[in-house]
Amino acid sequence: MAEEHKHGYYTGDIHNQFVEEHHVPGIKKTIWKTFWILLGVTIFEVAIAFAPLNKELLQWIFVVLTIVKSAYIVGIFMHLFHEQFTFKYTILLPFILIVYLIFIALAEGVYLFDIAK
Amino acid sequence: MTASKPKSAWGGGVSPFNVSWGKMFMWFFLVSDAFTFSSLIIAYGAMRHRFTDIWPLPGDVFTHFPFIHGHVPLAYVGLMTFILIMSSVTMVLAVEAGHRRHNKGVVTWLFWTIVGGFMFLGSQAWEWYHFIKGSEEGAYILADGRFARTDDLEPGKLFIWKDHQKTIIEGTEAAQLKASAVKNIKGANLVENEYGNTPLFGNFFFFITGFHGFHVFSGVVINIIILINVLNGVYLRRGHYEQVEKAGLYWHFVDLVWVFVFTFFYLV
Repeated sequence: MAEEHKHGYYTGDIHNQFVEEHHVPGIKKTIWKTFWILLGVTIFEVAIAFAPLNKELLQWIFVVLTIVKSAYIVGIFMHLFHEQFTFKYTILLPFILIVYLIFIALAEGVYLFDIAK
Repeated sequence: MTASKPKSAWGGGVSPFNVSWGKMFMWFFLVSDAFTFSSLIIAYGAMRHRFTDIWPLPGDVFTHFPFIHGHVPLAYVGLMTFILIMSSVTMVLAVEAGHRRHNKGVVTWLFWTIVGGFMFLGSQAWEWYHFIKGSEEGAYILADGRFARTDDLEPGKLFIWKDHQKTIIEGTEAAQLKASAVKNIKGANLVENEYGNTPLFGNFFFFITGFHGFHVFSGVVINIIILINVLNGVYLRRGHYEQVEKAGLYWHFVDLVWVFVFTFFYLV
């Protein structure tokens, strides 16, 4: 069997499919590049936290940079970018509900503040 | 065991996701855990908007740094973020060594990951200590109901925050207001804190960072168990280091949550 020479493991479910581990030779370089990006973004965030910028603009910058950082962690470190298309979207799509929850909960908070005045 | 790759993943006879059940359920667990953390942080956001006029600014609360006398806002949490990102890198290098069947490499990188985890936990203990202990003088609830903070580096002054505007009162007026104050609050607990006139700030701090810290602790325990297995050559005999990958997914998730806590609790 060809699988004997390949590295990998079996899925362990009813089909017990063989999953080959794809070892990418340049992966170490990618890992360290990701590290420097994450570190750079974090230092940048702390540096601009007290910059004389519009508060709302600053908050949006932080939100965008946080999403960038999490994309690197989930995509590269947790390897999700290289998983199968169906699996990727099974993991990611439920978070649309979180976006909706942010919308309704923050709207509720603003409303409670307004009626308490 | 399929010899050739089938056309459709959904035609039956194959595992549609092409991942092991263990990895798949680790991912599904992480999705549900992410929902829990999202709910906590969103609850924080909602309450912050509800009490937007009296909510303390994090840059005004987390100003301590070891061995430095003075205010260094956010530097310490920045350092904690660096420690956690670094331990995420060592974890992914452990996984990489596992792909090469390099048992010694896995041991080394897993060891440094555990060290990073303990460093983060120690940092969090330090952070909690200073948050609970508070400043020398604390905050006052004045006779007219206003909430006034003090600053150990600028004794004799009172700082009153209202609608994101800081009013500074000093001299005899400050001394009189202190003398007639209803209450002096020092540090923080679940009922009151000296950082803002709402217990919710302290409650969310303890709950969110505490829940995250407990995840880090669990991650360190899991990593230690995995390290013992690696040392005993369990995965070398098994032929693959998938277990290290699964522990790695959990560990990266803990780092991921901290990225969000860092932004929404400390920066914004």
